Amino acid sequence: MTGAAASRWWLGAVFAAFVAFLYGPTLTILVLSFQGPEGGLTFPMNGLSLHWYARLFEGAGVVDIWSAFGRSLRLGLAVMVLTTVVALLGGYAFRRRFRGEAALFQLVVASLIVPSIAVSLGIALQFRILDDAVRALAEVGRLPAWLGAEDHTTAMGLFTSGLGAHLTWTLPFGILIMFAVFNRFPTEVEEAARDLGASPWGVFRHAVLPLVAPSLVGVALFGFTLSWDEIARSSQAMGEANTLPLELQGLTTTATTPEIYALGTLTTGVSAAVIAAAFAAHAAARRSRRRAHGGAP
Amino acid sequence: MSSSRPDAAGAAVLDAAAPLSPEAGIAARSRRPAVGPGAAPFLQAAPLALVLLLFLVLPLLVTAAVSLWDYTEFTLVPDVTLRNYREMFEGCLSGGACSTLRTYVSTFKLCALTLAVTLPLGFAVAFFLAFHVRSDSARTALFLLCTAPFLTSNVIRMISWIPLLGREGVVNRALLGSGAVDRPLDWLLYSEFAVVLAFVHLYTLFVVVPVFNSLMRIDRRLIEAARDAGATGRQTLVHVVLPLSKPGLAIGAIFVATLVMGDFVTVGVMGGQQIASVGKAIQTHAAYLQFPAAAAQSVVLLAVVLLMIAALTRLVDVRREL
Repeated sequence: MTGAAASRWWLGAVFAAFVAFLYGPTLTILVLSFQGPEGGLTFPMNGLSLHWYARLFEGAGVVDIWSAFGRSLRLGLAVMVLTTVVALLGGYAFRRRFRGEAALFQLVVASLIVPSIAVSLGIALQFRILDDAVRALAEVGRLPAWLGAEDHTTAMGLFTSGLGAHLTWTLPFGILIMFAVFNRFPTEVEEAARDLGASPWGVFRHAVLPLVAPSLVGVALFGFTLSWDEIARSSQAMGEANTLPLELQGLTTTATTPEIYALGTLTTGVSAAVIAAAFAAHAAARRSRRRAHGGAP
Repeated sequence: MSSSRPDAAGAAVLDAAAPLSPEAGIAARSRRPAVGPGAAPFLQAAPLALVLLLFLVLPLLVTAAVSLWDYTEFTLVPDVTLRNYREMFEGCLSGGACSTLRTYVSTFKLCALTLAVTLPLGFAVAFFLAFHVRSDSARTALFLLCTAPFLTSNVIRMISWIPLLGREGVVNRALLGSGAVDRPLDWLLYSEFAVVLAFVHLYTLFVVVPVFNSLMRIDRRLIEAARDAGATGRQTLVHVVLPLSKPGLAIGAIFVATLVMGDFVTVGVMGGQQIASVGKAIQTHAAYLQFPAAAAQSVVLLAVVLLMIAALTRLVDVRREL
């Protein structure tokens, strides 16, 4: 028994150290982002101020960071919505047998473990070849004028190649979450709805959707935050416009002031706000479900 | 094949039970949609399939094709040539300097070091959560505590190490102050050590989650039985818990290995752009618009990663675990 108690104590210490290791560095830059105007990249704190946040909001030291911020936000929201819808539909499809389900499942897993640089490079090459083809066809006059292909430069961009690159990363997480959800989902609910004469759409809309809604919040959370912080798959696939993490990566080699910590803290703050909002939405969805079902789980 | 997923397994059990009870038979039949079997799931899976075909399968096929192309300073030249692969392994066979081999050795080393830390650490954390935290709500809360950092930016988590490990950083100040060293340690930041530290920081969660999942599935009676049979804690761990958590460890190892093998961001930022890695080699070729060379590197990387996954899955039937 003393062995078990010792192991509990030991592993508790390892766990506490692990959590400190996870959060410690981030808390350090949180503190350092409030450096005084004369402060540097490391301790000691040279006064306490919002100087570096003010600089950041002026956009003085960092070039065009706010348009990158906006781009990442818009892309994140688009990825969030698409991930939720596509993962819900995909997860629901896997509740029944269909031809090719094993292959599709393997593709989902592959999407998760194929090195991101390979995916990103592949998408970039694909769009490059597409651009060349469009230009070549426009030159020989094979494309209708309304396409405006004469002055085609590139189809690559935030909401084409960039969106696709992000979805290859967020969808596997969404699908795996939906698997976990539907695995625990009672088939009886669907059967009862069907026995009561509900159409397939009615079963989905009135029996399935209300029950899985709280979990969809989790899928949306993963969709947004994974996109918001994505860098490896974005690297080759964004075209002209950089996302915020790409700009941040560029800054790591040039930054000499705590402004980068202010930006880092702000970015982490957005993630934290989204996580908090997701928990609130999850709780709200559970409450409304409980109300709608008169106390049923 | 499809019984790999528990829900499909559940459906299979239901189907198998159908002849035994009329109710189950009716239920099984009524699970088929009215519009005819097949149509609805196809339509529901179509968006997922379309995204993966357009942005995963096709790009990888394009990469394989382009790796056989030729290129000049300005354009890609469609062709079927082994030039890119030949240049990649130039010097390797003739006994000269083989940069590709050196890059792979460097990347494998990072991978091995990272696995050597993340696997035991992830196992310990998962073991604590699964066996030593008694209440479910406490377990969920602690689990979320470990997961939340995963949802924040990797780059920021990397730059957070600068004030701690830099020449003027907290660690060096403490060491100098205590007299343990007489000048600041240089290898703390922008070094192999820093890269591995960042990998451990970023990816241990990828081991914790699957191992935790495996541990939670272990029938607690097995552990009691082992104890009743007189096994010590250590013997129970080695002969009962570890073998049963092997699938989780294998999945975790696959995640970590594939993430490290293709990495170029962490190696770049934490290595101070001094350390070679396969991902960085690909990125460098792409930056110089040598796309066919980058594509060839990418194809070889994919092949190596697939071999590593195949080796790891031989240890365990991963599909049964998902």
